[in-house]
Amino acid sequence: MEWVSKLNNGLNKTASGLSKNLSTVFKGKKLDPQTLEDLEDLLISSDFGVSISKKIVDSISKEKFNDFDTNKVREFLSKKVSEILKLRYLPLNTENNGDPYVILVVGVNGVGKTTTIGKLANNFVKKNKNVLIAAGDTFRAAAIDQLKIWSDRSKSEIITKPTGTDAAALSYEALVTAKEEKKDILIIDTAGRLQNKTDLMNQLEKIPRVLKKIDETSPHSVLLVLDASTGQNAISQVELFNKSCGVTGLIMTKLDGTAKGGVLVSIAERYPIPIHAIGVGEGIDDLQEFEPESYSRALLGLL
Amino acid sequence: MFQGLQDKFGEILGNLKKRGSLKESDVKEALRQVRIALLEADVALPVVKKLIKDIETKAIGQEILRSISPAQMVIKIVNDHMIEVLGTKSEDINLKTSPPAIILVAGLQGSGKTTTVIKLAHKIKSKMNKKVLVASLDVYRPAAQQQLKILGEQADISSLPIIDGQLPLDIAKRSIKAGALQGTDVIILDTAGRMNVDEALMTELSQIHATVKPIETLLVADSLTGQDAVNIAKAFKERINITGIALTRIDGDARGGAAISMKSVTGCPIKVLGTGEKIDDLENFHPDRIVSRILGMGDVVSLVEKAKETIDEEDAQKLEKKILKGQFDLNDLRDQLRQMKKMGGMSGLMTMLPGISKVKKQMSQSNIDEKMLLHQEAIINSMTPKERIHVKVLNASRKRRIAAGAGVEIQDVNRVLKQYKQMSLVMKKMKKMGKKGKNINPEAINNLIPNQNFFKH
Repeated sequence: MEWVSKLNNGLNKTASGLSKNLSTVFKGKKLDPQTLEDLEDLLISSDFGVSISKKIVDSISKEKFNDFDTNKVREFLSKKVSEILKLRYLPLNTENNGDPYVILVVGVNGVGKTTTIGKLANNFVKKNKNVLIAAGDTFRAAAIDQLKIWSDRSKSEIITKPTGTDAAALSYEALVTAKEEKKDILIIDTAGRLQNKTDLMNQLEKIPRVLKKIDETSPHSVLLVLDASTGQNAISQVELFNKSCGVTGLIMTKLDGTAKGGVLVSIAERYPIPIHAIGVGEGIDDLQEFEPESYSRALLGLL
Repeated sequence: MFQGLQDKFGEILGNLKKRGSLKESDVKEALRQVRIALLEADVALPVVKKLIKDIETKAIGQEILRSISPAQMVIKIVNDHMIEVLGTKSEDINLKTSPPAIILVAGLQGSGKTTTVIKLAHKIKSKMNKKVLVASLDVYRPAAQQQLKILGEQADISSLPIIDGQLPLDIAKRSIKAGALQGTDVIILDTAGRMNVDEALMTELSQIHATVKPIETLLVADSLTGQDAVNIAKAFKERINITGIALTRIDGDARGGAAISMKSVTGCPIKVLGTGEKIDDLENFHPDRIVSRILGMGDVVSLVEKAKETIDEEDAQKLEKKILKGQFDLNDLRDQLRQMKKMGGMSGLMTMLPGISKVKKQMSQSNIDEKMLLHQEAIINSMTPKERIHVKVLNASRKRRIAAGAGVEIQDVNRVLKQYKQMSLVMKKMKKMGKKGKNINPEAINNLIPNQNFFKH
């Protein structure tokens, strides 16, 4: 897999990469308490969070390893992790009986929503889908210009309104247009907002509300974009965005850096929300389908 | 999780409600909970480990305040230590150079650089009355330069005109030229967001840094950042000389452990906080607020602080009562010595008093020994409780024993006793005056104090 190597590139670039640290952990022959503690520390260092790290390590402490080696323990760990992630494996399916499939993209500021939309659109267009993008971030300066460039790059169409326009009104108009022009997919961008800002979250809720006036089943997907460098706060983001507009899928971006996004494992354990894709770079092709097994293996430094 | 933590502390509190000093077991148990709290707050693991180790050494043996549990006491120590690590005072943006002062702003993608640049420009322009120019060196993200230009227009801040296709380093040079021509005081350079592992872009950044020689180089960090904060901070610190941190999205509900991770790794102060989406939402950094947020135990800390105040007040009242009753024994003298020690000894006390530097100089010349307070306390400590209350029982043999116990000469013991006698004399006279009239004339008290240097060996 191309993205696995990209992910591993990121991991390999840093001396504190999990895989490198694991080798030190398993230098000894026995899984003694110190080794288990080091292991727990390593998972914590990858943003797994305290409780799930403890849980995973506890499960390994019960396991008997007869003349195990580093790789064997890693394999075991990655299996544990992928068991959790597999529960949330579900590729995005945009079939909608000829009607536009509506995707609403939400998230905190700066996580990479606009870039992700550009890449998503590109992926769809490559599959011969007819894509319309709605530039719903009518708050941030130049967000519309940024998305215009991405629509050019991905050869998809875009509907815009001046900065300051009501995003819900724009979304409504976009869906009307998408239906008229028989688009396969409508992707709606939204302004970034912190999940604890009640007024901004209320504004966001308005978008699905008006979309339902045209198509009761829309939006068909509400994608929450998460930044891999985010720590435990990602859990609060899932919790509150889900409460506000019913998140149907997750995308984790910026996995090409040193951050490993281990919090995704915590989230997968807590919320029955599928993980669709991961972002591994700034290029237009750097959005990859999420694969639990490869992801877990990459997390643990296994190729 | 916060609730769970408090329950946990409640348990410990129930088990260990006693006074004394902090034992290793108390400290370790409390710190186990603190460790989890810090990790849940996204403080990076290596930083947590160092904090815990330092605090453990610091805490063991410390006295526990009355009505406070050992666990609560530990929390207070953790709190104070973290404030110390973060730096006790807020530091301003440094513009002390011949104009134009250049501020370089760097960070990961999406950390909030552009917003911070414009907020900072606005602050410098409106609060410090300086002429500011902003320029975006971000030629990579679509419409990034456009974004800064629009924000500049909205906030009435001049931005460098965009020339399509110009390279970041050339834009930086052009901004300095333009700044010089326009008589600009401050130039703020916004850079492209970059991954700390992106070799090409990190090299570009260090080239820009070396060329423009900024007086202030700010690393913009998102307060939502997790464990990776240490890697980010380390990588940027290695390539460019970071002088300060701008912590953004502090208005979110993240606990903000990244603040302490970044500070620990870079050693740089957190200079500004992004507190909202509006242009005025940039604040100075207050370590105590951040610590309370990271630790999530502000109520425990204020409880301990309150208890401390109450105790000091109670002690003062007790002493006052004793004085009025004419009972002033060596225990009270010891309390006073301890109080003085707490306030930083003689020289510490002197620095607190205004206009006393001259006296202080004289005192230091007259050979005031700071250790004397310790010696005097040791002498009283070497007495039996009975001796402390009934000074009269002290005969020569008892004095010898005390001197040996405190590791001093008999003369030193006598000196303390003489001091005590003089003080109790003062107390008795005060008591009489207190009976005569409610208002005691301070001058009269001054006259009562024996004309002898108390604190001279």
